[in-house]
Amino acid sequence: MSELSQKEILDTEPTHHEEHIVGPKVYLVIGSSLLVLTAATTAISYLELGVFNAVVALGIACIKATLVILFFMHVKYSSKLTKLTVAAGIFTFFVLITMTMTDYISRAWGLW
Amino acid sequence: MDSQAIATHPEHEETAHEHPPFLRHHFATVEQQRETATFGMWLFLLTEIMFFGGMFCAYLIYRNWYYPAFVAGSHQLSIVLGTVNTAVLICSSFTMAMGVHSAETRNRKALITWLLLTIVLGCVFLGIKADEYHEKWEKHHVPGLNFSVHDFVRENPAYPDDKPLPLDMADKTQVYFSLYFAMTGMHALHMIIGVSLLIILVARAWTGAYTEGHVAPIENFGLYWHFVDIVWIFLFPLLYLISRHQ
Repeated sequence: MSELSQKEILDTEPTHHEEHIVGPKVYLVIGSSLLVLTAATTAISYLELGVFNAVVALGIACIKATLVILFFMHVKYSSKLTKLTVAAGIFTFFVLITMTMTDYISRAWGLW
Repeated sequence: MDSQAIATHPEHEETAHEHPPFLRHHFATVEQQRETATFGMWLFLLTEIMFFGGMFCAYLIYRNWYYPAFVAGSHQLSIVLGTVNTAVLICSSFTMAMGVHSAETRNRKALITWLLLTIVLGCVFLGIKADEYHEKWEKHHVPGLNFSVHDFVRENPAYPDDKPLPLDMADKTQVYFSLYFAMTGMHALHMIIGVSLLIILVARAWTGAYTEGHVAPIENFGLYWHFVDIVWIFLFPLLYLISRHQ
């Protein structure tokens, strides 16, 4: 590893807006949280919550996905362009689900 | 991924045109190149969200229509193996993130270690998946191949509160297993592609390609790997945890 001048570091550093590199501590905390949430998902599935079983399970899955996106995928430390792209993807996914569901629900639901 | 075809310009000296060798000429700075590559990878991941999204939508509709069949099908899956696999993938996301960190801090040996660990964990996941698929084959739960409603028209010893299904609903368990194989199979295909790419990345990382400032390929592969993890994070509760409270 050679000595780099300030200019060279800035020119080759991954991101300017990511002035700090995300450290192992953050990854460890997030990783442990994800494992705990996984255990929680499985444990809670053994409780009788009726229709809320699915709601809670998906809710926890959304929290896990958010943690992965923000920290493992560095979106929290990324440019506005990246954040906007991710938001656009999530929005389009919801359009896919809701528009498909409105189509099915409004005609012949369950008449297989 | 970075291409091997970097234009060489033998006619001018180093001083006239200073830039790292991995900076392509159609980018003004390394920063712009990196940002562009990340944007491109995110656009690809968006198409993947829509790709898996279609299958999730099908799952959503059929689960609502044939809920008892989905319960019966889900009770055939091993909740232990599913949870273990989820933990394995989360750890592999951690090792991949550490790999990106190693590339950023220009630590070649650490980068290779973390990438190899990610490969190992990915293979553990695939091994467990293969074992689960084999079990499905043995129990005649593979639609279109050897499917039998035998297990679903009688009591499930592991779930005594489950009523045996009438024949028409028992037949619908094929829908559940079709979705199971389609979604986990497509996910596993993405894992196989990911592990193959990782092997290539390890080979390149060994030559120091990613510890001289050219972090983008590792970063962007990390995005792909984390995305595949997120897909599994949603697949697990939907497929494995239907009505397990007994």
